[in-house]
Amino acid sequence: MEKAIEVKGLRKSFKTTEVLKGVDFEVEKGSIFALLGSNGAGKTTIVKILTTLLKQDGGTAAVNGFDVTSKPDFVRQSISLTGQFAAVDEILTGRENLIMIAKLRHLQNPRQVADDLLKRFGLTEAADRRVSTYSGGMRRRLDIAMSLIGKPQVIFLDEPTTGLDPEARIEVWKTVKELADGGTTVFLTTQMLDEAEQLADRIAILHEGRIIVSGTLAELKNLFPPAKVEYVEKQPTLEEIFLAIVGKKEEK
Amino acid sequence: MKTTKSYFFSDMGVMLGRSMRHIFRSMDTIITVTLTPIAMMLLFVYVLGGAIQVGTDNYVNYLLPGILLMAIASGIAYTAVRLFYDVQKGIFERFHSMPIARSATLWGHVLTSLVSNAISVVVIILVALIMGFRSSAGVLSWLAVAGILALFTLALTWIAVIPGLTARSVDGASTFSYPLIFLPFISSAFVPTTSMPGPVRAFAENQPVTSIVNAIRSLLARKPVGNDIWISLAWCLGILIVAYIFAMLAYKRKAV
Repeated sequence: MEKAIEVKGLRKSFKTTEVLKGVDFEVEKGSIFALLGSNGAGKTTIVKILTTLLKQDGGTAAVNGFDVTSKPDFVRQSISLTGQFAAVDEILTGRENLIMIAKLRHLQNPRQVADDLLKRFGLTEAADRRVSTYSGGMRRRLDIAMSLIGKPQVIFLDEPTTGLDPEARIEVWKTVKELADGGTTVFLTTQMLDEAEQLADRIAILHEGRIIVSGTLAELKNLFPPAKVEYVEKQPTLEEIFLAIVGKKEEK
Repeated sequence: MKTTKSYFFSDMGVMLGRSMRHIFRSMDTIITVTLTPIAMMLLFVYVLGGAIQVGTDNYVNYLLPGILLMAIASGIAYTAVRLFYDVQKGIFERFHSMPIARSATLWGHVLTSLVSNAISVVVIILVALIMGFRSSAGVLSWLAVAGILALFTLALTWIAVIPGLTARSVDGASTFSYPLIFLPFISSAFVPTTSMPGPVRAFAENQPVTSIVNAIRSLLARKPVGNDIWISLAWCLGILIVAYIFAMLAYKRKAV
C-alpha cells in the first residue's frame, strides 16, 4: 500500500521541554488518519512539522513521498493545512478569501473555483458578506473550502471541530468523509474521541511524546476489555480505551 | 513544476491587493494616517502658527515636510498591526504552508506600507495646496523628495515588521510607533531649532527627522540642500539596513 505520510523517530524539543520523543507512524493514501491526544500532547507540533512550518530536531518525515526537510516546496505542492483556528481573512468576504487562495495556487479561473466551492459548502448566499459576520460553523466551512483549492492530495485538519456546535461538527464530518471518498488523504488531530471513532480509518494515540498505540478502531477495541474483567455488557467506547491506556502508561 | 520563486511578483501582487482592501475597509486606519496629520496641519497653521516665528511668511511651506513624516510614522504602526493579526490568526501559517514564494507574505506588507503611505502623502499635499502651500520645485526636486520619503517609509516599515512578528499583543505591536510620531516635535519640523534650549537643541539637530525635514524643505523651496540630503539619506539607509537585519532574524525564527 502506498504511503501518504511516513514518520520515523520524530523528535522535537522547545527549550528544555521535550515534546516529541521519537514518534513513528504511517498513513495510507486515501485514508482518514486520526491523531488523538490530550492538550499539549504535541499534536499540533507534529502537524507543523509535516506542513513544513517547523523543523524537527531528529527523525524523518515524508509527505506524499517528499521529505519535509529537503523537499519542502514539493511537500507544499501536495498538501493543505486547516489550522486550529479558522485562518480566514475576516475583513475580506467569503468569495474574496477563496479567490485569493485560488490566485496564490496559480489556478486558471479563480472566480469559477470560488463559485463552485461556495455552492458546495452552502455559502453562496453569504459569499459577498465580510467573514467577520459569519458564524463559527460558516467560518470553519470556508476555512476547509479554502484548503481544498488546488486539489491537494493530503489535507491536514488540526482540531477541525473545536469550538463548533454539534450541527456544524456533523457538517464538517460529512465533508471530511466526502474528501476521503474522493481519494484525498486526511490527517486530522482531535481531542474528541467520538470524532476519531466516527471518521478515522486508523487511529493513533499520542501520549507523552510517543505514539503509544495505533490501529483501526476494531484493533483498538480488541485490546480491550482486559482479561481480568469478567462481566462486560457493552462494547467499550473509544473514550474508555483512550483513558484506560493513558492511565496505565502514567502509572509506570 | 514551476519553482515557487518564479511566482514571487504575482504572489506579492495578491498580498498587496489583500492588504490594500484591509486599509480601504477600515475607517480608523484612514482617519489616523491621513486625517490626523491634516488636523495637526490645520491646528499649527491656523491656531498656533500666528505665534511661531520661522523667518518665512508661508508657515504651511515650513510645516509640510514634518507633517508628512508624522503621517508616515503613524501609517507604519498599522503595518505592524496588520502583520501581527496575520501571525495571530494563523493566516501567516496558512500562506507558509502553501506552495507560494514565502517571502511574498512579508514583502506584500512592505509594499502595502509604501503604497498606502504614498497615498496619504499625496492627500496631505493636496490639502496643503488648498491651505496655501506653494512650491517652485522642478520635477527632479520632486523626485528627490519622493525618493527620500519612500526611503524613510521603507526604513520605518522594516522597523514595524519586528514588533509585527514578535509582539504578544496588538498594543505591543503598535506602541513602538509613538516615539517615532513624536520625534518631529523635537526637530526643526515645527519651529527652528535655534529657538530651543541647549541640550534639546543638540538632540534636535542631531536626530534624523531634522536633516530629512531640512532636506525636503530646501528641495521644495529650490534652495541649496547642502549636506542635509546626504545626512538624511545616510540616516534612512542606516536605519533601513539595521531594521531589515533584525526583521529578517525575527522572520526566520517564525518561519522555517
